[in-house]
Amino acid sequence: MDKVFKALADSGRRLLLDRLHADNGQTLSQLCEHLNMTRQAVTKHLAVLEEANLVAVLWRGREKLHYLNPVPIYDISERWIGKFERGRLRVLAELKKHLEGESDG
Amino acid sequence: MAESRFVYVTYIRTTPEKLWQALTDPEFTRQYWCETTQDCDWKPGASWRIMIPDGRVADSGEIIEVDPPRKLVHTWRNEFRPELRAEGHSRITYELEPVGESVKLTIIHEMDRPDSQLINAVSGGWPHILASLKSLLETGESLAETRHWPVDV
Repeated sequence: MDKVFKALADSGRRLLLDRLHADNGQTLSQLCEHLNMTRQAVTKHLAVLEEANLVAVLWRGREKLHYLNPVPIYDISERWIGKFERGRLRVLAELKKHLEGESDG
Repeated sequence: MAESRFVYVTYIRTTPEKLWQALTDPEFTRQYWCETTQDCDWKPGASWRIMIPDGRVADSGEIIEVDPPRKLVHTWRNEFRPELRAEGHSRITYELEPVGESVKLTIIHEMDRPDSQLINAVSGGWPHILASLKSLLETGESLAETRHWPVDV
């Protein structure tokens, strides 16, 4: 769990997860497009995310595809969020999103 | 992207043999997979079905590859939502790989079409089921929310 929190404690890595959330299964080159990061930095961030099991990798021929793996985040929420709170929290999150617009947080 | 796919990975403190049984024995799967019953004899070419508690077939398919306790591949078509059924067969792959004291379980669910509604629909359910499977194998208890079929489906 330490690895997950460390991996998430960086805005660059969160941005990479956002990119995969929007379009899952991208190659390194695809992820580097439109990003203000060097290819080297993206490679390093991806290694940290892989190590934390937040990104799963799949080889298709010679292409290495990266997938967002939500399982560790789900496990964290499972630990601290009771099942009856989920509905109310979702409503609150929707309200916040509606009033403030999307933001990195 | 020409296909729809998600890849989920979880690490479970168990053995590949126990995890294989937990994935294929219907008495086991119903405990963490929302009271559903899998019906299959796990041989290449065999038919695969999963039934919801009221007896309806939720999904069906055919076994493509069985390599216990390492790899299992079968096709998967939804049977109870017409718009999903119309998309035809998807494919699910389970890979089990021992890592230290744990087993790395990788689930790949994919379909050869972009923006599949089926892949989108099942992707939301898997994290619950995987967390419950992990809990069942590591603590002996599945998660409460996965012990019954959801009322709104």
